[in-house]
Amino acid sequence: MRVRVLVRPKAGILDPQGVAVEQALPALGFGGVTDVRIGRLIELEVDDPAQVDEMCRKLLANPLVEDYEVQLLDGAAGTAS
Amino acid sequence: MKFGVLRFPGSCDEVDAQLAAGRVGEAVLLWHRDRDLQGCDAIIVPGGFSYGDYLRAGAIARFSPMMEEVIAFARDGGLVLGICNGFQVLCEAGLLPGALLQNTNRRFTSRQVRLEVVNSETPFTLACAPGELLSVPAKHGSGRYYAPDDQIDAMEAAGQVVVRYAPGDCFNGSARDIAGVCNQAGNVFGLMPHPEHAVDPLTGSTDGLRIFESMAMAAEGVRG
Repeated sequence: MRVRVLVRPKAGILDPQGVAVEQALPALGFGGVTDVRIGRLIELEVDDPAQVDEMCRKLLANPLVEDYEVQLLDGAAGTAS
Repeated sequence: MKFGVLRFPGSCDEVDAQLAAGRVGEAVLLWHRDRDLQGCDAIIVPGGFSYGDYLRAGAIARFSPMMEEVIAFARDGGLVLGICNGFQVLCEAGLLPGALLQNTNRRFTSRQVRLEVVNSETPFTLACAPGELLSVPAKHGSGRYYAPDDQIDAMEAAGQVVVRYAPGDCFNGSARDIAGVCNQAGNVFGLMPHPEHAVDPLTGSTDGLRIFESMAMAAEGVRG
């Protein structure tokens, strides 16, 4: 099954990349942009989607500083943590 | 006193660490795919870009066979020093609290910093005076120390904040200017700056030697 994992910096943790993008957009004429956050998108083909949550906790995300969200791409509902 | 210095694909400071440790004892390199700690009294996880810093700095290296041995060694009370990328690896491995995030200045920064010795009673700082300033280089892009506030409160109370950047020298945005921390037991220490690059007058400072001398004193049972 195809699974997508979205990893984001936790709320309240400074994201320097997001700040850089937020500061760059007005220079291109795009106003009204705030709170830009940059994370990571990981897609995997897995036999057992039930293992993905543990994969996230052990490797794909660092739960101390990142939130992750698992989306099952074959139609079923995802879980977030 | 025998030091073992880990070598991962992407390590770049392991030879300097070996040379620095070699000034106070014997020092050997340990390949990440091996499992034999070769009877070492202390382990150094060196700086560099292990596994290309893929995913997150230190995230992949923590699963190498040698790191499994180092984790067991640390749990048994063995002395483990992590420098820069090694600090990141030890945090990812759960041997040290917290995480290292991208510098707030968004740059890879290389400069000399002054480190204030906050706790001079750890096995890594025995040879230092309380409050002593050590001049050592720092060079990293992801060295912003982070842990939740209440956790840092507890760490400060327990003496786990071992070194801080001196006022004005914290270029990376670390919480409370923290440069290096130890675990609760005090036998695992990680810091972002590089004591192994400050052991010879030729490069401007020998203050980094204090860390290695401290470890040798601790391993030989001498208490300062």
